[in-house]
Amino acid sequence: MGREKKKFTSGTATNFITRASAVKKLQLSLVDFRRLCILKGVYPVQPSNPAKANKGKRAMRTFYRSKDILFLSHEPIIYKFRAHKIFARKVKTAKKKREWGRLDRLEDNKPVYNVDHIVKERYPTFVDALRDLDDPLTMCATFAAMRKNAKLESKLIPLCSRLMVEFMNFVIASRALRKVFLSIKGIYYQGEIQGQTVTWIVPYSFNYSRPRDIDLRIMSTFVEFYSNLLGFINFRLYASINLHYPPKLSLTEKSRTSTQLENESNFCMDKEEEEERVAALTHDLAKVSKEPITEEEDEEVNLQDEELMAGGSLDSEAVQEARAEQDKEAKFKTLFEGCKFFLSREVPREMLTFVIRCFGGQVSWDKTMFIGATYDVKDESITHQIVDRPQQRKEYLSRYYIQPQWVIDSVNARLLLPVEEYFPGVVLPPHLSPFVQEKEGDYIPPEKQTLLDRQMGIQTGKNTEEDDDNDDEDDDDDKEVSEDEEESHLAEAEEKHLSQLAKKQDRKEQKHDKKQKTAESSRLSVEAGQVQPVNVIYEAEKEARMERSLQEMMMTKKRKRLYQKLMKKRKTKQKQVRKLTNRREQYEKDQKMSKTKKQKSTGK
Amino acid sequence: MADTSTSLKRKSNPFEKEIKITEKEEEDLFVDAPLDDDDDDDDDVDLEGDSEDEELEEEMTDSEESALSDEESDDDDDHDDSGGDDDDNDVEEKEHFDGDDEQDDEAENTKPKSKGKLTRLTQQLRQRRSHLQTSTKLDNETAPSQLTSTDDNAVKTGAETPTASKVVDEYEFDSSDEEDIRNTVGNIPMEWYDDYPHIGYDVKGQKILRPPKRDELEEFLEKMDNPDYWRTVHDKMTGRDIVLPDEDVALIQRIQDGRYPETTFDPYEPWVDFFTHEKMIHPVTRRPEHKRSFIPSLLEKDKVSKMLHSIRMGWLKPRKEKKDADDRPKFYDIWSNEALVELTKRHHSHIAAPKEKLPGHEESYRPPPEYLPTEEEIKEWKEAHPEDRKMDFIPLTFDCFRKVPAYRDYVRERFERCLDLYLCPRQRKMRVQVQPEDLLPTLPKPKDLQPFPTTQAVVYLGHQSYVRTISVDPTGQWLVSGSDDKTVRFWEVSSGRCMKKLDVDGTVKCVAWCPNTAVCLVAISVEEKVHLINPGLGDKLIVSDTDRLLESYEEPEEVKKSSLVEWTEASEEAKEKGFRLCLKHFKPTKQIAWHGKGDYFGTVVPDGGHSSVLIHQLSKRRSQTPFKKSKGLVQAISFHPSRPYFFVATQRFVRVYNLLKQELSKKLLTNAKWISSIAIHPGGDNVLVSSYDCRLSWFDMDLSVKPYKTLRHHRQAIRQVCYHRRYPLFASSGDDGLVIVCHGQVYNDLLQNAQIVPVKILRGHEVTNSLGVLACEFHPSQPWLFSSGADGTIRLFT
Repeated sequence: MGREKKKFTSGTATNFITRASAVKKLQLSLVDFRRLCILKGVYPVQPSNPAKANKGKRAMRTFYRSKDILFLSHEPIIYKFRAHKIFARKVKTAKKKREWGRLDRLEDNKPVYNVDHIVKERYPTFVDALRDLDDPLTMCATFAAMRKNAKLESKLIPLCSRLMVEFMNFVIASRALRKVFLSIKGIYYQGEIQGQTVTWIVPYSFNYSRPRDIDLRIMSTFVEFYSNLLGFINFRLYASINLHYPPKLSLTEKSRTSTQLENESNFCMDKEEEEERVAALTHDLAKVSKEPITEEEDEEVNLQDEELMAGGSLDSEAVQEARAEQDKEAKFKTLFEGCKFFLSREVPREMLTFVIRCFGGQVSWDKTMFIGATYDVKDESITHQIVDRPQQRKEYLSRYYIQPQWVIDSVNARLLLPVEEYFPGVVLPPHLSPFVQEKEGDYIPPEKQTLLDRQMGIQTGKNTEEDDDNDDEDDDDDKEVSEDEEESHLAEAEEKHLSQLAKKQDRKEQKHDKKQKTAESSRLSVEAGQVQPVNVIYEAEKEARMERSLQEMMMTKKRKRLYQKLMKKRKTKQKQVRKLTNRREQYEKDQKMSKTKKQKSTGK
Repeated sequence: MADTSTSLKRKSNPFEKEIKITEKEEEDLFVDAPLDDDDDDDDDVDLEGDSEDEELEEEMTDSEESALSDEESDDDDDHDDSGGDDDDNDVEEKEHFDGDDEQDDEAENTKPKSKGKLTRLTQQLRQRRSHLQTSTKLDNETAPSQLTSTDDNAVKTGAETPTASKVVDEYEFDSSDEEDIRNTVGNIPMEWYDDYPHIGYDVKGQKILRPPKRDELEEFLEKMDNPDYWRTVHDKMTGRDIVLPDEDVALIQRIQDGRYPETTFDPYEPWVDFFTHEKMIHPVTRRPEHKRSFIPSLLEKDKVSKMLHSIRMGWLKPRKEKKDADDRPKFYDIWSNEALVELTKRHHSHIAAPKEKLPGHEESYRPPPEYLPTEEEIKEWKEAHPEDRKMDFIPLTFDCFRKVPAYRDYVRERFERCLDLYLCPRQRKMRVQVQPEDLLPTLPKPKDLQPFPTTQAVVYLGHQSYVRTISVDPTGQWLVSGSDDKTVRFWEVSSGRCMKKLDVDGTVKCVAWCPNTAVCLVAISVEEKVHLINPGLGDKLIVSDTDRLLESYEEPEEVKKSSLVEWTEASEEAKEKGFRLCLKHFKPTKQIAWHGKGDYFGTVVPDGGHSSVLIHQLSKRRSQTPFKKSKGLVQAISFHPSRPYFFVATQRFVRVYNLLKQELSKKLLTNAKWISSIAIHPGGDNVLVSSYDCRLSWFDMDLSVKPYKTLRHHRQAIRQVCYHRRYPLFASSGDDGLVIVCHGQVYNDLLQNAQIVPVKILRGHEVTNSLGVLACEFHPSQPWLFSSGADGTIRLFT
């Protein structure tokens, strides 16, 4: 017999390591350990049996995989961390001794680490990186909007905004945007890049300062890595659609002079001007080769592939469906093709330019607002002018004056919505989230329902409110309505009224009968029974419910518990739906009331 | 000599430059001119002067001398007016300039320079005034000694000036002359002498008396009378009033106006380059160079050697040239050789962080109106702890996009996401998408398992209190019920009519119809007594037969009287009502169970100890106690329908005894806390046990002593359970007011287990005093069910 095996020498106990011991093992400070974990993407893992991992102790701990920590210990960046520690000490000494020359020299030789190899290591393939693009984009957008701060590395903010501009330019060039949502938190964008769905949030363009209790070092470590990652991704993405990286404008000298409304180079230097123009998002980017692959060819190739997949038969339903889908997609991508927008100065320029350009529209603004304006207000070919002020003189009859929500709603609806609802000064329709996919049993707001109908191509005429309007209009135009019609209306109403009265009477009579019957029954006499109306549906439902309750009886304890949990969930959901529907009904009722009141008051 | 050495030095060591410059300036000071001297120019001169000839140096000395003499003469002109003591002034001026120049040696602009000049001049003025004071004093004073001394002074200076104009001897004048000798107290606050009659001492040590002080009137008169009052100054040191001369007044006015104090000074006079740009051979001053300017510095040597060493060791490197383009990170195609990438195990075990939740309609800047919270909801949200909130924001609505403000917690949310990413322990969890319907077991449809009682057909009304027990006669025509209102009622099943009502002297615990179809006999237990009643219902022949059977009993000779039970015949009066026999037990009875043949029946006396189960034989009117030992509180007993087995249910177990062998054959472990009743399947192999802790256990005797299935479908205690004699049905009634009918099919095939399916929940009884349905029994032939409840009704479900 061998030796007795000691407890906690293998298995879970050794596969996991607590944070404190990990820090000790790596001989790093906690701050450096944290930074390393962030850069290397090492995170704590919940062991399946925490008590075992904690060697029998019950206390709550965070655990890392031992292998992860081992992996961290081989990281060359650790040496840089240590060098930096020494560097900081030297700087401190030099400052204390007031040796400025030395300090200068030290600053020159500051140890700098590079995270390129970590990017490659964490995302071995490009698709991996794309899959994880949400957080990098969101964080970079956040930092791009941040105010410059003593705690922030000064290079990070401009770098982030540059990367975001590059990425947005790519999205425009590749027409990858799918959904936009104006939330109270910020703007949510969703795009499809090489088959991967990427969602990112951009804050509204205000200066965001750091709340007191937030450790900005953590965020900037994240951004440090993310900015590198995003740079590499941008490079690759630009290469994939044959664009120059860093982006260049495709304007030739001739076109430049023609589009330039006035000498914009007065504002800033040439290099900066180029950058600003790129940031304006209004111009196409320069391609690497003159004759790139056209999209149509691409599509054809795709279709052929699908045909092959479907077994070569051209007429198979799958292929047709795919083709239809593709047509739809292509149509969606060119939603604003042919539209020429002009932005007033009170609307958010960057967001709208990005969205409109993603769907093939043309954008311009007042040349004094920002660099990169392509045409003037006076251009007669402008189709839409986006304004966000209630009262404004409509100077041009050739264009629609609309509010910015129209653009977003149209994108989400995948069709150009009627502009009437979005005129300036008009009460806007609710802005719905495009990310909500209503399942059965979920609450669907009426606006969503109308939208769905619209998408399906069902013309429901007008929604109920408008019907009401029509009715009201009819009332207003009483005189025009011929008397006959009026009479007929009246007759109908009377009929209705009469029938209702009759029904009521019937009910009363029935009640009366019943009373009599009960009185008579005490005298022990037999009467012909009445056939009770059988509600078939109700009965069937009752039966089903009964059956279900019997089934519930026969469940095992474990399943019963799960079942009850699920049912509870379902019930709360139903409750929520009921609440929402009730509220909506109430709201609509109130609206109607107020409307009629208003009309009455105006009538008087 | 000195100059050449320094220039050599400078060649060898560039660090010397600074020192040199300061030296140069020092030299300048000695020369001192009211002219502006430009440092830059000086430097230039120096730099160029390195390669100059001696000749030039000679020239330099010449020019210097001439300049000096010029200045001297200028000075003379100035001071001629003021009096004889101008030489004194001159020296002082020079010394003073020394200090000043040192202060603003580095100044390059002309403005600070002029300023410096101004201060110089004011000081000069101050000096001069003190002398003036002395002079005026001398004018007024009649003291001969002082007069002579000043005269001497004047004479002396007057004599010396022409000689001094040539060579200035720095050390000729005693600097102590500047001390005020009219009053020897020195430079002290004169207030110290306020309390004394004198204000100090003169050179000879005599007290200087304080001149009489004028009162205000005198002051005023003086002011009015004296035309020079405005230019009269009080000298604290001597206590005298001094009238300022015209030049001084003019000087003061010039200063007040911000002009140059000296009228002769021309700020715009053409620049005369004092130094030539050419290197002169002679030094500017005659002061010899300091020794340390000849010797190489040790400190520097040390520093240089250190640097050398660090360069040799490779520690000190030339600085890299900064490139502007470099601060931008370089991006390249990092995924160029994707195909070669080897995915390690680490990548496979990676748990990706869940993506952020996508926003719903309520997060919109303009959500549909139903998503906006009411005021109570907002209040509730605000009062709730942040962790308890369902949403981390309050939905808001804005009428246009322009009005949407910045989201306050935006940065915090991003920060929390970061924290989640690197701090949250991750775990892979399998989430099964289950619909609750999938969890339900698939059961045969109740419709396919018909017949079973479904609807309430008859309600038997009449009892005033709980109907604790019911029993159906073997033909299925009559029903007997016993109640807490101390009555026993007989009902016709089909019509629901009460046929007979018997009053007894206690609550009826149990009624049981004799299973023998040939007799019409009912046993009822009332307290200690068990009455045997012939209700006289049904076939008259049977009724009479029963009576005859009972009467035919002949008392045996050997009377072996049991002490526990006393058999007595009913009185004539009682006989008319139907009572036939009465068994008086030693303690209250609870249950009666007939044997299938109808001759034997058992009674349960719960408090009876070891004799709590009694078996009576009707034909021989004999009772016996089968058990010698108590096995616990007996709850129920039952006979096997076909074989000689006897079931005794105690509080937690059911014991099965073989009556022939007179031994315990099985002990069923029910898992229940308190058994309420048992029922034996007509086949005899299956037993149902109900308990007060809502359990209903089905035992398959062939299978195990543990329950084959336990049902917990009642919410409250189960009171009774029963089997149907012909159909595969069983029912249970409980305190929740429900009677649940189940299909319980038993197969002859031993390999197939019983199929148990609940088929119907029968409602109708009302729960009174938290008691529901107390008894239930099936009709012997029809799929009908009788139930009696605490609401005093009996119901028939068909």
